[in-house]
Amino acid sequence: MASSGIPEDQLNTLLDQPVDTPLRQTLRRFRRHRLAMVGVVIIVVLGAGAALGSGEAALKQTLADANLPPSAAYWFGTDANGRDEFARTLVGGRVSLLVGLVAVFFSTAIGTVLGSIAGYYRAADYVIMRAVDIVMSFPTIVLLLVAVSILGPGIFNIMLLIGLVTWPVPCRIVRGEFLKLREAEFVIAARCIGLRDRAIILRHLLPNAIAPLIVYASLGVAFAVLTEAGLSYLGLGVQPPTPSWGNMLNAARSLSTLELMPWQWVPPAIMMVTFVLAVNFVGDGLRDALDPHSTSNH
Amino acid sequence: MTTYIVRRLLTALPVLFGITILVFLFLALAPGDPVSAYINPELGQNEVVRQIIIKRYGLDQPLPVRYVSWLVQALQGNLGYTAVAGLPVLGTVVRGLTASAVLIGTALSLGIIIGLPLGVISALRQYSKLDFTLTTLAFLGISTPSFLLAILGLWLFGLELGVFPIGDMQTAGAPFTLGDFAAHLALPALVLGLGYIAILTRYTRSAMLEVVRSPYVTTAESKGLVPRVVIIRHAFRNALIPILTVIGLSLPDMVGGAVITETVFTWPGMGLLMVQGVVARDYPLIMGVSLFVAIGVLAANLLTDVAYAVADPRIRY
Repeated sequence: MASSGIPEDQLNTLLDQPVDTPLRQTLRRFRRHRLAMVGVVIIVVLGAGAALGSGEAALKQTLADANLPPSAAYWFGTDANGRDEFARTLVGGRVSLLVGLVAVFFSTAIGTVLGSIAGYYRAADYVIMRAVDIVMSFPTIVLLLVAVSILGPGIFNIMLLIGLVTWPVPCRIVRGEFLKLREAEFVIAARCIGLRDRAIILRHLLPNAIAPLIVYASLGVAFAVLTEAGLSYLGLGVQPPTPSWGNMLNAARSLSTLELMPWQWVPPAIMMVTFVLAVNFVGDGLRDALDPHSTSNH
Repeated sequence: MTTYIVRRLLTALPVLFGITILVFLFLALAPGDPVSAYINPELGQNEVVRQIIIKRYGLDQPLPVRYVSWLVQALQGNLGYTAVAGLPVLGTVVRGLTASAVLIGTALSLGIIIGLPLGVISALRQYSKLDFTLTTLAFLGISTPSFLLAILGLWLFGLELGVFPIGDMQTAGAPFTLGDFAAHLALPALVLGLGYIAILTRYTRSAMLEVVRSPYVTTAESKGLVPRVVIIRHAFRNALIPILTVIGLSLPDMVGGAVITETVFTWPGMGLLMVQGVVARDYPLIMGVSLFVAIGVLAANLLTDVAYAVADPRIRY
């Protein structure tokens, strides 16, 4: 101990301090991002509300109470079928968030696998990238509309399809990262000691793509929630009676509801925008926190 | 430069080919039976008639053969007839394309005329109250889907204030006048444009922030040039390069946003056609619209890449 030249008491305080790992540094930078922290709080509150919503109350029809304005009994009023809008807004949030998360999971999984293959194997690169070009030539909503016309609407189809049409973005992220590092010394070294491709991809290359993938995934949830809402608004997404923020907004397609019964469409609209705004804040904070070189523009 | 354009065109060809295969597969994968659509329902499902129709339209051929004959016809401008109205798909889609182009073009112009200056101001006054307000508004604009803005616009301007007519491109039955057309265009273009303004403000701001820190701007300032010249001629022109890419790359999203906006305002463009096609399961129409949209996006990406190469002489291919 004494040979290090540092007095023992100072050495002990040094040793007591936690090691400043990259993860801790990232978390510290993230916590300092004020808007991102606001976003986290909003997401936690909305998530809790979505988790606590009563599925039973959201589906229970009391036709005698149809189209009632907000009151003590029905905080957000009722819809055209006499269902409690407050419960539907909460449960609708649960459905929308679930669709968003599952869709992004599919999208990221497909994109990561294809992006890794394209980035690592030159032979596969051309084919996969042309597939990316083809899919990206269609606006997401157009592809989804076509897919829905073939497979039919429904909550599971929507999750799967959003994942199936948005994979090119994570695919390009992963591929770009691989191309940058494919010839780096540590990858050549890994190859020299005889590691198999699988190990090089999974252990040496893929971890470098995790930071941009996390940013993509967070913003992707916002995009998926908006996409689901757009489809459901058109009546081609999540089908009633299951509520989602998007299909609750479908009520606003009737001009009389739009003008005379704002309680039927304003709450899901506010919830959706608040959620997406919060996710965008968090995504921005993550981008700044995960990439120390990026200049924070906030 | 010419080699670059030629090479870029050559990579676009297989993509174009792939797009046609994908669009053809839409019809092949579609549920339902194209044959029964041709049989007068009053005649009932007659097996002999069925066989005759299958033979006549080559539906007994394998998929690749059917694809080639579809492609040959499509290249000659024959995209078939819409299942619901029985009109030629090509004419229907071209009319939709014109309407969409007017709407998206107007909205994009709004976005550029308003969004770029706002972004520049926001960047030059970084961290000021104005910057904070603009950034927050831009965030809000990005987080609000265009169809929600459309609903709000419809509610506020169409119903509550009643300043704009709602729906379609002109007053039904009235003769075409430019004023009437502009009044119908105003609300959807404004709604769509707000989203573009938000996106472009944000990108212009970060592009400008990136550029004003670069050495050549410092050099220009230390030479004693007036700030206006430094900002416009030295900083802004360089910031335009990434902005150009953003406009080109976000074109698919812009078209996507227009799909739902058109539906809300029943603006008779590609988006409305698409939604009507999906609701009615009108596959020839769906194929025609998606084919045109995809080719349009592909062409726009191509133009962006070429414009990028022209605008930035530092890039040598």
